[in-house]
Amino acid sequence: MSELASPMIGGRRKLTQAEKFYAASQWQLIRWKFFRHKLAMVGMVILVILYLGAIFAPFISPYANLYKSEVVYSPPQGFNIIRDGKLVAPYVYGSKMEVDPDTYIRTYKPDPSKIYKLLFFTHGWEYNLFGFIPTDLHLFSVEKGGHLFLLGSDDLGHDLFSRVLQASQISLSIGLVGVFLSFVLGCILGGLSGYYGGTLDTIIQRVIEFLISLPTLPVWMALSAAVPQEWDQIRVYIIITVILSLQGWCGLARVVRGKLLELREEDYVVAAQVAGTSDWNIITQHLLPGFASYLIVSITLSIPGMILGETALSFIGLGLRPPTVSWGVLLQQAQNVRTITINPWLLTPALIVIITVLAFNFVGDGLRDAADPYVI
Amino acid sequence: MVLWQYIVRRLVLATGVLLVISVMSFVIIQLPPGDYLSTLISSLRMRGATLDQDAIKSLEQEYGLDKPMPMQYLWWMWQMGHGNFGQSFEWRRPVIDLIMERLPLTIAISVASLLFVYMIAIPIGVFSAVKQYSIGDYLATVFGFIGMATPNFLLALILMWFMFSFFGVSVGGLFSQQYLNEPWSWGKFADLLKHLPVPVIVVGMSGTAGLIRVMRGGMLDELRRQYVATARAKGVSESRLLLKYPLRVALNPIISTIGWQLPAIVSGETITSIVLGLPTTGPLLYRSLQSQDMYLAGGIVMFLSALTVIGTLLSDILLAVLDPRIRFEGK
Repeated sequence: MSELASPMIGGRRKLTQAEKFYAASQWQLIRWKFFRHKLAMVGMVILVILYLGAIFAPFISPYANLYKSEVVYSPPQGFNIIRDGKLVAPYVYGSKMEVDPDTYIRTYKPDPSKIYKLLFFTHGWEYNLFGFIPTDLHLFSVEKGGHLFLLGSDDLGHDLFSRVLQASQISLSIGLVGVFLSFVLGCILGGLSGYYGGTLDTIIQRVIEFLISLPTLPVWMALSAAVPQEWDQIRVYIIITVILSLQGWCGLARVVRGKLLELREEDYVVAAQVAGTSDWNIITQHLLPGFASYLIVSITLSIPGMILGETALSFIGLGLRPPTVSWGVLLQQAQNVRTITINPWLLTPALIVIITVLAFNFVGDGLRDAADPYVI
Repeated sequence: MVLWQYIVRRLVLATGVLLVISVMSFVIIQLPPGDYLSTLISSLRMRGATLDQDAIKSLEQEYGLDKPMPMQYLWWMWQMGHGNFGQSFEWRRPVIDLIMERLPLTIAISVASLLFVYMIAIPIGVFSAVKQYSIGDYLATVFGFIGMATPNFLLALILMWFMFSFFGVSVGGLFSQQYLNEPWSWGKFADLLKHLPVPVIVVGMSGTAGLIRVMRGGMLDELRRQYVATARAKGVSESRLLLKYPLRVALNPIISTIGWQLPAIVSGETITSIVLGLPTTGPLLYRSLQSQDMYLAGGIVMFLSALTVIGTLLSDILLAVLDPRIRFEGK
């Protein structure tokens, strides 16, 4: 009875929890189920942080392209907020470099006699925020003379933290662009294949069978090795993305085709045909909404593959090339066992790649569960 | 469809795919600017050797470079049919010899990895499903997620770093120093077996992680079925019940994706070998691409792709023999 007794607002009764559930649209149900999925939410938060980091990369990174021989291979540093037992504004110690006379290995020791304050919202090198707002504001920097390398520095004295942020712009976007390309190709070819059937279907299916039977990496390597050395960064980026999506559309096309084959026999499609609706409208208005959720899941789960592909190609030096920085390009420095044994922080980009892929997989899993109408 | 009809259909399909692969490899050979001959001549010049006009002419004829492109392709195919895959100008040896030296090790690692994937993933997946929400299940799930997110080359890198800095062991290579240039012997074979686990684990890791999840999901679906309850009510022993019915059903999706595992394993083998410096086709391909030794690169891509297709074909036929339903699937 409590349901009937609930207050009336503007002539409409407020719905109870159970009524809301039954009245909810499919998308609302998916959203609710998704937000209940704990791992997916963890993944989502990580992804939001990563993408915000990429968008605001120049703002967050303290150093553009520091090139100083005296800070080569500096280990990760922290900052302190306690001095002489009292809470003070954040500061960092200066560092003293020593070179081992036998091995020539550099070691850096904190030098408590020198103290540099951490400055927030300072002016530094100039950049364009979002690509068009010229500014020189940075989240933090260190007083002149000191430095803060949160993730250490590399063989040229670059701040790894800044480099990882800068690289995330490329690495995180290449997955999205590549997936967008595969999405367009997959939808068009899968759609044609499933809706029209016949010879066209056979041809497209053979092409897919051919592409997925190829060992991807050797083919990727061969194709990207043919990219001319003199090409500029943007063209290399585009061509690598295209190479990566060559195979990516196949899975999506199969999903689209399978679903279309299933749905085109439905009565409502026949009804639309009888009513004289055009093929295009039937596909986009009546069929696509029926399996859009599957598409989203399939897309989310294919982004990590693209990111890993780019990382692998760039890592062995056949993908993006310096001065473009991606996580794979950063990892090129970590190819040598001895280098990473002495400077293990050079492996941080690897950790970030793994975390990113993990986050995408969590979100994809959550979406899959949420989109499945048979799992409550 | 009768079995032999299915086999013939698959054979015809595979032949088509092989033809397309050959076209693709030919395109790869042609991709870099300049043709093979001009690269060869310039590389010979750099070494100080000179080529007279006659030698160039005869080389041109040998590679069919004086003909139009489609004829060049046919010529290349014809030569391949006679076992001539061209010369590697970097190694100054026939491409086919170079590939044949390294291909057996590639195949050995790939097959061992494939076996490793199934041997590890199936028991863990079953265990994970039977003991759902136990500590072991959570461990397997965590391992599955991380394993899937870690690409082979990063795993190889991390493993190399870990072994070197904590145990002082350098992982890499497939043979100890003393066997490196030795002819095959029992000692060398045993030495190979000792070195094999690291690459096999690295190559098989992500596949294993993915399969554990598929296996667990499939088993969980089956364990909820009523026939399981019925069998249990009739007093069938727990292990017999598990192995006889749900396992066999849950294995189906795993078996039908063997065809997808193989390309992934060959890909993984390629990059793992590059990182670990194994004497397989991976580093050879890498070197040849860097030096634009294109007949060698094209030859390796051709061989790797063809092997993958043939492997998939064999597994498909084997499956059709084992599981009659597959023959009736599709058209």
